Amino acid sequence: MSPATLIPPILALVLAPFLLAIVNRTKAAFAGRRGQPWLQQYYDLAKLLRKGAVYSRTTTWVFRAGPIVSLAAVLVATAIVPLGGARAPLSFEGDIVLLAYLLGVVRFFTVLAALDTGSPFEGMGASREVQFSALAEPALLLGLAALARLTGKLSLSEIVATISGDPRATWFAEGPALVFVVVALAIVFLAENARIPVDDPNTHLELTMIHEVMVLDHGGVDLAFIEYGAALKLWVLGSIVVGLVLPVRTGAVLVDALVTVLGLGALAVATGAVESSMARLRLLRVPQLLVGAGAFSALALIFILMPR
Amino acid sequence: MSPAPLETRNAQAVPIADVPDLGDEEFRDAILTAVSLGSRVSALFGHPAGEGKLRLFCVLANDELGSLALLSRQVERRFMSLANDCPGVHLFEREIFEQWGVEPHGHPWLKPVRFQPPLVAAGARASQIGVANFFRVEGEEVHEVAVGPVHAGVIEPGHFRFQCHGEDVFHLEISLGYQHRGVERALAGGPDKRTIHYIETLAGDTTIGHAVAHCETLEALAGAEAPARAHAIRGIALELERLANHTGDLGALANDVGYLPTASYCGRLRGDFLNMTAAICGSRFGRGLVRPGGVAFDVEPARSAELQGRLARAMRDIRGATGLLWETPSVMARFEETGTVTRETCEKLGFVGVAARACGVGRDARQDFPLGMFRFSQVPVMTWHTGDVFARAFVRALEVESSGKFIDGQLKALPAGPVLAALPERAPDRIVATLVEGWRGEVCHVALTDERGRFSRYKVVDPSFHNWTGLALALRGQQISDFPLCNKSFNLSYCGHDL
Repeated sequence: MSPATLIPPILALVLAPFLLAIVNRTKAAFAGRRGQPWLQQYYDLAKLLRKGAVYSRTTTWVFRAGPIVSLAAVLVATAIVPLGGARAPLSFEGDIVLLAYLLGVVRFFTVLAALDTGSPFEGMGASREVQFSALAEPALLLGLAALARLTGKLSLSEIVATISGDPRATWFAEGPALVFVVVALAIVFLAENARIPVDDPNTHLELTMIHEVMVLDHGGVDLAFIEYGAALKLWVLGSIVVGLVLPVRTGAVLVDALVTVLGLGALAVATGAVESSMARLRLLRVPQLLVGAGAFSALALIFILMPR
Repeated sequence: MSPAPLETRNAQAVPIADVPDLGDEEFRDAILTAVSLGSRVSALFGHPAGEGKLRLFCVLANDELGSLALLSRQVERRFMSLANDCPGVHLFEREIFEQWGVEPHGHPWLKPVRFQPPLVAAGARASQIGVANFFRVEGEEVHEVAVGPVHAGVIEPGHFRFQCHGEDVFHLEISLGYQHRGVERALAGGPDKRTIHYIETLAGDTTIGHAVAHCETLEALAGAEAPARAHAIRGIALELERLANHTGDLGALANDVGYLPTASYCGRLRGDFLNMTAAICGSRFGRGLVRPGGVAFDVEPARSAELQGRLARAMRDIRGATGLLWETPSVMARFEETGTVTRETCEKLGFVGVAARACGVGRDARQDFPLGMFRFSQVPVMTWHTGDVFARAFVRALEVESSGKFIDGQLKALPAGPVLAALPERAPDRIVATLVEGWRGEVCHVALTDERGRFSRYKVVDPSFHNWTGLALALRGQQISDFPLCNKSFNLSYCGHDL
């Protein structure tokens, strides 16, 4: 493990909340507002970290463990994901499977903590979360499988490095398949991060929420962990998408990483633009979108497996 | 041949003695016949008649004829419920039971309306708020979601119970009363210094609607008429209130489906319309503007010119903001076929206002029972036939357009003359029913005067009172996640219902 591999996780830890600021400012620009301060997410985290928490008497240790385990799992995921050509510190054959399951752990513990409160709202949110993620997971896994098959590698760092390092063998050879994978992963990116059109991160209406309603009862440090974890998750999934579509490889790790960070910024702007230009889907329609993403991934895999 | 109901017109005072006092069967038949011929019950309420008796007054409104009919009957402990044959009265009968302890016999579901303390000590039972015989669906897979009375968004309190199967709603029961302030009780014995302020705050967003209804009532009792210029300014204020609230609702609907552009622009435009009201009287909600005998503030030529300019700009912007809604497929996918109320349901239960017009029922007191400026300058009735969230949004957008035109026309041709006239003494022993189309729907005020011309009873029916049942029915078979959207499409008042 070379010291240069520490660059992606460090950038992630520092800059992840900033992605949300970019999304929010983009939405504000569309709405004709000035928007919140660029560092608002950091202020919020600092505020929450200083606060105490209130725990309902119906909750058990599961409720308290939820945010900690979730954050820990996201942190490990952060260590697996490369930033374009800049490799991740933790990289081994098969780490793509670990990534998918780490995201699963995050969700599992968030759901458990939500169910632990016994509130009908949180139960409703948990049931929605589980239903939708059951459809989003195949899209993610099949997409990663297609990438692994295309590059012949099983490590995320290797995959991204191959795709961005050798566009002639990847984008030019299997362009349609890669487009499908990128579309599928972009939908998973929006769904997993509770963005419009799947979920509305700004709504105050418990009955319509998916992710937000599950964390209603958390406060203080727990909430800070959840929010920071959510920002990291946005970063993790975003950097996979950006790593695929930005085939930049200068050889200098720092430059590669910074280019990808700029790409992430562009992705955040795109997310904000999507949120500003369309309404949220009816809850009944969300599974159709996610199954669509799964179909894209499956098609990509079939294209790549097809003998020519 | 039983005596016929007393035919009268909107805001016309008639001697209480002329209101026919019918027997049980006659009263029932008269109401059912009138309803079958196209009338609906605008108000049904009790008033003590002495000797332990309660006199029930019923105001029937016939939209097509533009006529009101008054009838009454005296009851002691109980009377035959009409709710099974005329479902529109179910809430009125529950209210009578709660206020006076007189039982509507055979009412399908007698339970408290507002959990208010009874208006008479004898007979009526005090009830504790939120404790009621709630509807329940039993079964392994059915679950109940209770929302409120404290709301996530800081709005008014109300309690909602959903009987759900997964994400599907079987039934929604709405339990209100948390905003009960005892306004009707406080209004009795008036009018006095406080009366107009009670009226203006019956439902804060319908300040003008209620104030106009109240002032028309007082003017009818005094046998006087407000000056023409005052009528025009009242009309302008009423339509500005409609503009502001409809715009706010359209923005809120967009916000509920996560569609930002319209949400943001309508939020701003609502403020613009409120500020136009403030430019007339200094209050964004129009407090202090409408007064018995006219209005307290004039619109001078310079102010009128400024308002016309502001209105033109706001109307241009609102067209763009609402146009975006209909052009965005993802928004339309959320609005269409969500929270549908059929025309049949609407006619049976007697919904009013936007909720009724969105079911294709052309019911609008501005046209059916015109008062003030609306006698001379008609506003077209806007309807849509689908009865869903889209229809309620679209009718609002259409009404925004026609209200804008009306205000512009009035500002350009304000009648000359004073804006306030002194009112003579009110006539004693009269009853008057006044209907005004507030932005939410028909506002109904009924005043009974005693031998000194003071209110012996002042009954207020806010449009929300008619329409809350509509929201509950709209949710049947819907997704629970669509509740906020349906709720916003009705946007009913809690305090207007709770009084």
